[in-house]
Parts: sequence; structure tokens; C-alpha cells
Amino acid sequence: MTRRPGFLVYGLLAAFIVGSALPLYWSFLIGSHTKEVITRDVPPLLPGGHFLSNAQRVFDSVPFWKALGNSLMVSSVAATSVVIFGTLAGYAFAKLRFRGSTALLVFVVVTMAVPTQLGVVPLFIVMAELGWTGSVWAAIVPSIVTAFGVFFMRQYLVDAVPDELIEAARVDGCSMFRTFLTVAVPVARPAMAILWLFTFMMVWTDFFWPLIVLPADNPTVQVALNQLQSGYFKDYALVLAGTSLATIPLLVLFVVTGKQFVAGIMQGAVKG
Amino acid sequence: MPHDVEVKTGDAAQAASPGSSSPDPHDVRLSARRTSGPRSAWRQRLSRWDVRFSPYVYISPFFILFLIVGMFPLVYTAVVSVYDWSLIGGKGEFVGLQNYRDVIENPYFLKSAVNTISIFLLSSVPQILMSLALAGLLDTALRGATIWRMGVLLPFVVAPVAVGIIFGSLFGDRYGLINEALGWVGLPSVAWHTDRLASHLAIATMVNWRWTGYNALILLAAMQSVPRDLYDAAAIDGANRFRQFTSITVPSIKPTVVFVVITSTIGGLQIFAEPRMFDSTLAQNGGSDRQFSTMTMLIYDFGWHLRDLGRASATAWLLFLLIIVIALGNYVLSRRFGTLTKARRRR
Repeated sequence: MTRRPGFLVYGLLAAFIVGSALPLYWSFLIGSHTKEVITRDVPPLLPGGHFLSNAQRVFDSVPFWKALGNSLMVSSVAATSVVIFGTLAGYAFAKLRFRGSTALLVFVVVTMAVPTQLGVVPLFIVMAELGWTGSVWAAIVPSIVTAFGVFFMRQYLVDAVPDELIEAARVDGCSMFRTFLTVAVPVARPAMAILWLFTFMMVWTDFFWPLIVLPADNPTVQVALNQLQSGYFKDYALVLAGTSLATIPLLVLFVVTGKQFVAGIMQGAVKG
Repeated sequence: MPHDVEVKTGDAAQAASPGSSSPDPHDVRLSARRTSGPRSAWRQRLSRWDVRFSPYVYISPFFILFLIVGMFPLVYTAVVSVYDWSLIGGKGEFVGLQNYRDVIENPYFLKSAVNTISIFLLSSVPQILMSLALAGLLDTALRGATIWRMGVLLPFVVAPVAVGIIFGSLFGDRYGLINEALGWVGLPSVAWHTDRLASHLAIATMVNWRWTGYNALILLAAMQSVPRDLYDAAAIDGANRFRQFTSITVPSIKPTVVFVVITSTIGGLQIFAEPRMFDSTLAQNGGSDRQFSTMTMLIYDFGWHLRDLGRASATAWLLFLLIIVIALGNYVLSRRFGTLTKARRRR
């Protein structure tokens, strides 16, 4: 049966997407006018010409460039580490036979549901003990591995790597690790890219932990936005210009790699 | 640094066997034996060790690091919670359950717990229904399917902090767009920040806005694996589209619905950034009367405003218990719900 959608389906979907985009538009709209515009009874429909001057004020009030650099650093290091360790463990669970593998995989699945965010206090104590508080390394620590990363790679590799290919490599005299590098990794590459993007985004948007370990002069983007918002005097043109600035990098990433995002969410779910 | 572990084991393995870079700790011992035995026997043994231990070597970085940065802190929270533990002074005396008593007797605790559950209910129930409907719309032969799917995922790229700021202004009590829009159609303004239920509604809207599309894609993935001939059969029996959706689609993807419910429970009960950024007062702890303060905000408040890590830990542990109870409750409820619908169908 073909289920060709009618105009109603397209109309509803379009309405949903317009509704989804509206708050983002609002942010840019207010961020591109002077601060008095929000007091008008009817807000303007089109963006004004003050975005750059508002952005300049954002850079003057918080260390925004530094925040961008820090966020980039924290998110990409965490994403890379999650991908490396996730691929290694995911491959072992998907393709290698070893005692305890089933029980350990169940453990991985269960830990995906563990709210590790609630462990902030001891994590903070350890970071303070090591003298890492205030540095971006402390912000990276809780994100260096995720159970989701292992599970995601396992799900992908189970079907993607044929057992015969692994056998053939072994017969040719490849060591286990060589087999992993030459057979599994090339096949795993698309899933690794998706996991990288996904983790990058999760870490980029994280707020609770960076707020705790990072000071005002060495923030991530989210912590810098928090500083903008918590001023004495609410200047929404300034705050929403900052919010737009903070959202643009992810928006660009999403436009370029949105297809992978969609595929990743749908793949991670099917067998979950 | 995460890479330390890798580098060290990698070097050890390389010293043991130039051909293989398998990071196997046992290779170190083998390298000592290498000089004595015949070369081929040594090789064979090495290869056997390789097969046997490689899986454990591949999974151990994950498990070791996860235990250190994920599991240990969570468990150790229980230890900190029974001590007098200050942010500045460090560990003090053992106080037993005193921190728990203090937290529970704190007037803001009950308030925050109720707020957390209220915001969670206002965001999870409508969200699941909307996600299901949206997934149903997407589960058709759309032209340009990927573009539509990307479209519904758009809000997901906006960080919770940004969401909190944007909606804080949209729901502004005086100049917010929502109140102005209410005024255009002749309705009175709503005190979105000061009224307790209204503030919960505003915060739930943020959560729904960010997650509906994301969850719809997960549900869509499950819907696409429902065999299409089931729909053909139902169509022959005279079931319309809506009936097919409620009687075939939704029951078929129930495990995925349960998955979505449980993950959004675990995430939703820890909500922090949205209510914190929604607060336009300087303290940022959930409104002047804590009308929208949440449990995670209370953890932050105890730990990093009052500098009392013992009470912060007790609060974290109480929230952990709450999450377990509600997640299990969800699971039981969904099972019961499942058997009920099955029984009805049989009749």
C-alpha cells in the first residue's frame, strides 16, 4: 500500500516547523534591534540593523571568543575520546567472542540510564584535589566516555562488518588489532562520524558541570551566556544577540551535517 | 588525561611484538620469554594470547574510565552525604543522616520536589502524544523526507541555556510576545514568572519545544519497521487511517515508546538550565518565592551558594531515588497499560 500524504500532512508539518523556527527568529529579531524595541506593543516583523553593534557589546561584556574556543576544545576532545573508546569496545561486543560479553553488554545498556550528572559533588572534590578546577580539562573529564557511544557502535558494527571479512584478515596473518584497524574501522567510519557529531553537540550544550568547575574569566559558551543573562539590568537586545551568536555555530554544523544527525538518531533507536 | 592509558599500554605491546600493536598487558611477560623458546612456538602462543585477551583490552578503557568518571562519583555521593562536608574546609565529622534531615526539613525541598514533578508531568505527557502524532505524519511517503526530518529536529540544536533565555523573553511578564499576543485577541496577560503553575507551563513548553522532534524521529524509526502488510489487512477490514494508527502503529512500537518515556523521565527530572535561565532575578534560583526551583537547582544552591557539599550530596541522592521510583513506576504502568490494550483487542 502506498501511503501518499495529502496537503493536510504537508500543511501540518510545515506549520510545526514554522512554529519550531519562530523562537529562533525572535532571538535574532530582538538581537538585531535596539533595546527599546521590546517595549513596543507590536514587535517589528523584520530584523533591524543593530546586530553587529549588539554583538560588539556582547564581546565587551563577556570573554566570548575565549568561550567559543573553550567550547570547541572541550566538545571536540570529548567527542574524539568517546568515538575512540566507543568504537574499540563496540567492536569487541559486536564481533569478538569472550566470556562475560553478554553480561557486560547488559551492564553497558543499563548504565545508559544512570543519571551520572548526580555525581557532581565527588567529581568536584576530586577535581579540586587535583587542582584542575578552573581549567577546561576539568570540563572535559565527565564526558570522555559514554555508555551510549559503546552501544551505538556495537549496534552499527554487528551488521556492518561481515564475519567472513574478519576471518579472512585473520587467516592472512593479521593480529587482532590490525584486523580491527584494517577491517572494522573503515566500515565503521560513517557511524564514527555520526557519534562524533552527536557527542560534540551534547557536550557543547552541557551547562551544569561547566558552570560548577569553570570561573567567569574562562567559561564555555553556555557559562558565558549565563553571565550575560544574570546582569543587574535586563537588556534583551544584548542577551538575545549573544544567544543568537552562541547558536550560530551549531546551526551551521546542523545545516551541513543534518542528514547524519537524523540518521544517527534513527539508527540509535531502532534496535534500542 | 584520557590518552595516558592508551599510550602506556600501546608502548608495552609494541615492545613485546613489533608486528602487533595490540595493547595487551600480558605481552610484557611474553617478551621476557621470547629469547628462550623457539620462535614459531612463541609466535603461536602470542597469537593465542592475542585472541584471548584482545576483547578485554578493547573494552577495558571504556569500563575503567566509566567507573572512574561516572560510577564512582555517583556512589561516593552517598559517602559525602553522611559527613559534614564544606566546599572550603573539606571533610568534617560523620553526621549520619543529619544532612538528609536538614534537607527534607528545608521548606524549599518539598517545593522543589513538587515543582520538578509538576514540570516533568507537564512536559512528558503532551510531548509523547505530540511526538507520536508528528512521527505518524512523517511516516508517510513524503517528498524530500530528509528535509522534513531535519526541519523537526531544528530546535534540538539550540542549547538548553539559550532555550531558557529565549523563552524567558517570549514569556516575559511585561513585554513578552506571548502576553502581547494574548492582548491582541483580548485575553488578559498571564504572570508567567510569578505564578507558580504558569511558570511550570512556560518551562514545560521549552522542554517540549526542544525534544518533541527528536523523540518523533526515534518513534519514526520504530514505525518504519512495522510490516506494511498489516496496514493493508486493516484497510481491507475497513479501518481508516486514524484507526490504523491507534490499533496497529502504536501497539507495535510500544517498546520504543517505553524507551522514550524512560529516557525522558531520567533527563526531565534533572532539569536545570531551562528554569535557571528563565529566572530573571539576580539569584537565579527559581523565582523570588522559588516557585519554579527544581531539585537539581537545589543541589547547586546547597553546594555552591551555601557551600555545603554534604547537603548537596544528600539532595542528589534523594533526587536519584526519586528518579528510580518514577522510572520504575513508568515501566510498571506501561506494562499494565500494554496488557490492558491487548486484552481489549482479543475481545
